[in-house]
Amino acid sequence: MPADRRRFLVSCSALALAPELACAQQNPQRDALLRDVTRGGPLRIGRVVVDTPTLADNGHSVPLRIAVDSPMTAADHVRRITILAERNPRPLVASYALGPHCGRAEIVTRIRVADSQDVIAVAELSDGSFWMGSAHIIVTELACLEG
Amino acid sequence: MSMLARVQVPAQARRGDVFPIRIAIQHPMETGYRPDNFGRRIARNVINTLTCRYNGVEVFRAEMGSGVSANPQLQFYVRAESSGELVFDWVDDSGQRGSERAPIAVTG
Repeated sequence: MPADRRRFLVSCSALALAPELACAQQNPQRDALLRDVTRGGPLRIGRVVVDTPTLADNGHSVPLRIAVDSPMTAADHVRRITILAERNPRPLVASYALGPHCGRAEIVTRIRVADSQDVIAVAELSDGSFWMGSAHIIVTELACLEG
Repeated sequence: MSMLARVQVPAQARRGDVFPIRIAIQHPMETGYRPDNFGRRIARNVINTLTCRYNGVEVFRAEMGSGVSANPQLQFYVRAESSGELVFDWVDDSGQRGSERAPIAVTG
């Protein structure tokens, strides 16, 4: 009986983990975009904060703040931050090259968002690792499709 | 068409301090998806590159696409090292260039 219980718990935890795995596999377009940014290297989630309003009335100009947790020293700094909006006609929104001279890995700008979606930021650090953060934006008036 | 731009850099800073820089440029950032009054597509024309040099050293570079809003605004940070000048240069897809410069006095 305890063995059965153990097996049951193991299968439960597998189920609980399943949705995340499914998300990772179900979005080949996002995977391809991220692979382009990381040049096939591993990508970890964390250290990158994407700050946007959850609801944007107007997709033409959505404020966006990206902050990466980094000391920005010569030995340990952010080399590049890339912004992706996967449902835009051109998903690569912008890419910023930074360095230890910046002192702080933070960028504020305004972007176009074509549809409700996750906006993703990928940071490349000086040690060659890649970190990612994202935020979901709901837009009521879409950008890029005006007639 | 000249590109109007406004750069905000503090007039002075203490050595080692990290200060914000804001830049706003007047530019339509044409996506290439928008039709004109006759239904013809307006060609894509965005500011594709912007650089910031601090006493001649490039400290920041932005590569932008059509996903950046019209009249692009950007804020980033730079660490004060020595007195001098920050120079901003940018270019759009049509080859039009723009430039701004701002002096900074570093104390301490």
